[in-house]
Amino acid sequence: MVKFITFILAFLVFAFGSANADPKKVGFIYIGPPGDHGWTYMHDVGRKYMESQLGDSITSTYIENVPENADAVRAIRKLADSGHDLIFTTSFNYMDQTHEVAKDFPDIKFEHATGYMQADNVATYSARFYEGRMIEGHIAGHMSKTGTIGYIASFPIPEVVRGINAFYLAAAKVNPDIKMKIIWVFTWYDPGKEADAANTLINQGADIIVQHTDTYAPCQAAQKAGVFAFGQASNQEAFCPDAHLTSIEDIWGPYYADRAKAVVDGTWSSGDTWDGMDKGMVVMSPYNTKLMPSSLIQEAVNMEVGIKDGTLHPFTGPIYNQAGELVVPEGEVAPDGMLLGMNFYVQGIDGEVPQ
Amino acid sequence: MSIELIIGILEIILIATTPLVFAGIGELVTEKSGVLNLGVEGMMLVGAVTAFVTLVITGSYFLAFFISILSGIVMSGLFAILVLFLMSNQIATGLALTIFGIGLSSMLGKEYIGTPIDGLSPWLFVIFSFVIVFLISYFFYKTKMGLILRAVGESHNSAHALGYSVIKIRFLSILFGGSMCALAGSYISICYAPMWQEGMTAGRGWIALALVVFATWKPERVLIGAYIFGGVTILQMNLQALGLRFPGQFFSMAPYIATIIVLVLISSNRLRIKLSAPASLTIPFYKGR
Repeated sequence: MVKFITFILAFLVFAFGSANADPKKVGFIYIGPPGDHGWTYMHDVGRKYMESQLGDSITSTYIENVPENADAVRAIRKLADSGHDLIFTTSFNYMDQTHEVAKDFPDIKFEHATGYMQADNVATYSARFYEGRMIEGHIAGHMSKTGTIGYIASFPIPEVVRGINAFYLAAAKVNPDIKMKIIWVFTWYDPGKEADAANTLINQGADIIVQHTDTYAPCQAAQKAGVFAFGQASNQEAFCPDAHLTSIEDIWGPYYADRAKAVVDGTWSSGDTWDGMDKGMVVMSPYNTKLMPSSLIQEAVNMEVGIKDGTLHPFTGPIYNQAGELVVPEGEVAPDGMLLGMNFYVQGIDGEVPQ
Repeated sequence: MSIELIIGILEIILIATTPLVFAGIGELVTEKSGVLNLGVEGMMLVGAVTAFVTLVITGSYFLAFFISILSGIVMSGLFAILVLFLMSNQIATGLALTIFGIGLSSMLGKEYIGTPIDGLSPWLFVIFSFVIVFLISYFFYKTKMGLILRAVGESHNSAHALGYSVIKIRFLSILFGGSMCALAGSYISICYAPMWQEGMTAGRGWIALALVVFATWKPERVLIGAYIFGGVTILQMNLQALGLRFPGQFFSMAPYIATIIVLVLISSNRLRIKLSAPASLTIPFYKGR
């Protein structure tokens, strides 16, 4: 509500002050609240970084808790109508809505996170989180005593499936007998349900919890049950110090500052950005030295180096799908096109991707 | 399947379902008196945040729940004044209460997001949720006061003519509903997922509302319905984790489908009486008419 009032005020200020509109307006659409300490939180950290870098040349606003349905059109349109120059829509399922509004506002630049469809005024951007998943998988392969990993997945989109596969491939390399139990919760944000899923997985023998949802409830549940967990999107060690091994952190700030600067300079052009650890868009939280042996931490750090210099790729062949067909031949790495559309599990994972 | 696994599943179901029982039974009492309060989600959120903030400040679980329930009474009291004395539309006012609650809870909790707390064991509350359902059931069907409350919900004019204070009874019912919703919220932020996050009830208030209709306004059916809704969710998670193919999406919407079916059934008048929807539900009471 406060946000909404702030937004209205911002809108009014703009409406009356637009004649001498100097600062460019940058708007953000958030799927959750900035306080989730996960996905949205990191976008908001990026937004603030952008503000701090560009100073007076931009102002920014955001609308939080925007559902991934027709409501998103209204929210995006609201930002477009109120004279924003650059709008970031920060969730995969805002894709159609972003394009719908973008068609009506050819002069406004749009940036759609984790999407794959571009237009003249719609760019897409994402981070190669799967690089971090590979490291998590490697750690899990070493740390799991029961050999069972519990994975809390949100929605069956390529981004999530890719993470599962990257994690499993690395874990299975360490321990070929490792088993993955996957629960799809069909939400990004529901602390109660995320905790239920974590407890269910632990109850079924998982001793490491991996999540692709947005709150630290699973990590908390793991801490309570005395098993390990990986955090999500931001460093969550403070909430579960005895369970938290590491997290994959999403670092959006430099990208946002870059793109906003391009709008200020008038050099913005559409495109597709998919950066990883090499560009600092994906960062691992400090490894937990209390829980992990130092040799394992060293291995993880070495993997980071390998990923950064390109000698290590999570999807290096041979990779087979569940039917046993070779999808990535030996010695090759999966092309980005395959990664972007990934909708199958690799061989060794039980179950099916929900359709 | 080992016995430990089954006990584990039951534990998770009990913990997950308890907030639905609290909110559902609270709303049931409100609706039985003839008032529909759609503010459940908002009251739950305010209850959750007040409990959490109180716990962080004072460190006392007792105070946390006390202040939380108080917040539910204040929130629902506001609603009661608007709909009972100012005759505002119940549907609109209830929706406004939810929107207000979402905003207010976000504002109150802003500084407390991510503050770590020690969660409280849920079991006392789980037991209490069963006790309260049976108490309410006893109250409705075995006591005179319960009969009067139901009479007010069925025909406020008749109850008024018999000398019962419709406004007072409704006011108290609304307050009871509010305090149970706040209790549900505080249970979520203190026991179930010990944290404060904006909008953390994640739609459970709406499920509780659906639950009352699904239960056709019978207390024990609220309990059964809650355990069907909650149990199905946890069971499908278990089946997924066991590697069985399962349409999880379907179960996310199942509570709402079940409720729509009941709503369609009660849209026919004869059935409505059979299914015991309070006849005066949402109809404002004007004294002297």
